[in-house]
Amino acid sequence: MAFLSYLISGLGLGSVYAIIALGYSMVYGIAKMLNFAHGDIIMAGAFASFFAMTAAGMPLIAAAAIAMVLCTLLGVTIERLAYKPLRNASSLSVLITAIGVSYFLQNAAQLMFGSDTKIYPTVLNGSFSLFGGQLSVSYLSIVTILTCVVIMGALTLFINKTKTGKAMRACSEDKGAAVLMGINVNRIISITFAIGSGLAAVAAVLLCAAYPSVYPTLGSMPGIRAFTAAVFGGIGSIPGAFLGGLMLGVIETFAKAYISTQLSDAIVFAVLIIVLLIRPTGLLGKKVSVKV
Amino acid sequence: MLKVENLSVRYGMIEAIRNISFEVNDGEIVTLIGANGAGKTTTLQTISGLLKPASGAVYLDGQDITKIPPHKIVTMGLAQVPEGRRVFAQMSVLENLELGAYYRKDRNAIEADLKNVFELFPRLEERKNQLAGTLSGGEQQMLAMGRALMAKPKIMLMDEPSMGLSPLLVREIFRIIESINQQGTTVLLVEQNAKMALGIADRAYVLETGKITLEGTGAELAASEQVRKAYLGG
Ligand SMILES: Nc1ncnc2c1ncn2[C@@H]1O[C@H](COP(=O)(O)OP(=O)(O)O)[C@@H](O)[C@H]1O
Ligand SMILES: [Mg+2]
Repeated sequence: MAFLSYLISGLGLGSVYAIIALGYSMVYGIAKMLNFAHGDIIMAGAFASFFAMTAAGMPLIAAAAIAMVLCTLLGVTIERLAYKPLRNASSLSVLITAIGVSYFLQNAAQLMFGSDTKIYPTVLNGSFSLFGGQLSVSYLSIVTILTCVVIMGALTLFINKTKTGKAMRACSEDKGAAVLMGINVNRIISITFAIGSGLAAVAAVLLCAAYPSVYPTLGSMPGIRAFTAAVFGGIGSIPGAFLGGLMLGVIETFAKAYISTQLSDAIVFAVLIIVLLIRPTGLLGKKVSVKV
Repeated sequence: MLKVENLSVRYGMIEAIRNISFEVNDGEIVTLIGANGAGKTTTLQTISGLLKPASGAVYLDGQDITKIPPHKIVTMGLAQVPEGRRVFAQMSVLENLELGAYYRKDRNAIEADLKNVFELFPRLEERKNQLAGTLSGGEQQMLAMGRALMAKPKIMLMDEPSMGLSPLLVREIFRIIESINQQGTTVLLVEQNAKMALGIADRAYVLETGKITLEGTGAELAASEQVRKAYLGG
């Protein structure tokens, strides 16, 4: 029973990673850049929902909606101001800029909200028992997993079935050819940042519900783990981000439970390295075949 | 239809095309022939708006399109079949064709154009649910042409459609270019295969290291001593 309970909490944690990893992966797939500030969008979503609930007294769903709107605007604005001027610059310049944006957001949050840790309101607490009380499952884990599955399904439909989704896939393959189809590539990149940042806000609320402390560098660790998950699953691939996130959450939880809390990060990265040695493009990453 | 005036394009310090001028009239097939590196692709990319010229202008139906962004130029009736096909390999044949009609809203007309593309290229219909990356080179060329047709262009630019294809397929592609033209689409064709291109062209220009050195009707250039020596193997 302990195994099942760890599995469910691992899947819950992994769902949060997966939602964040989707943002990394979509932006990478389309803008071909690692948005290192993605974790700090989570932090912005955490503060936004925190103040919406504590200062404005809003219910959870409204606070989450506010956070989504704010994060979407923030993500699109960052792209417009910081990344768009670098569209033809080297990837190193873009990476350094993204790291700069990350520090900027952390320092801006520290300036505005102070560096002390704020306690997130208790949301979605409680649990139910199964197997005659032997297994206790928290509502939060179930809500988190379901949210992730719904997001994943909606995103897959969007990418595969809608006109904008198809334009996104075209841009991720060949921007020059996409432009020749009449696709406004800048608009598609904006939409991608909007979706990724909106998802980061959802992740922020779920994350803070599980670990109720809000502080300016809160996005760093989940950001790095989710980035790892995205690489693990195959960066650029949506199902890859989903699978990578879930597996990372489960591996991390099992490592903490059965091996050692201190070593859990080392174990997670060891698994990542082994996977990349065997499959350099990640679990579901595509090998692009070029025909002449 | 299309007029290029004193166009110069540079890549950093390299001037890839120098002060070239030519035009394509309604209903014509015009070809631009030249060796590898002459500046043919540069010329087409500049017309489509993917490259911005150092000087000169491009006019489409009398309107200066030099400063218009490339995704808008498509909506004005100018489509390009790029060098090396550049189909979306991870998308199906049908999705590639749908993307060709990306800017259009006239659903019924798009349906009709799709039928027409499948009539021109029956192989594409047979393979419409296959990923474009799994097609042969000739089929990918057909897909790239069909995709451009789905934009319902007034003028279609084609960059070396015969590249890497067997002589049999090259003949088929050129026959299709002629029938696209007969259906009312003006064609600007860039080729290294001068013999085939001059055979179907109303008029032709020779591009040599970034400059236009000769012009005339397709038949005139095919008969010209200079062209025969340089491009038709004596
Ligand atoms: N992206 C680029 N950067 C620098 N030089 C280029 C680039 N593309 C083409 N060139 C140069 O411009 C000239 C014309 O190239 P191109 O237009 O591709 O010729 P063609 O299509 O006739 O083979 C060549 O000398 C080529 O080396
Ligand atoms: Mg070329």
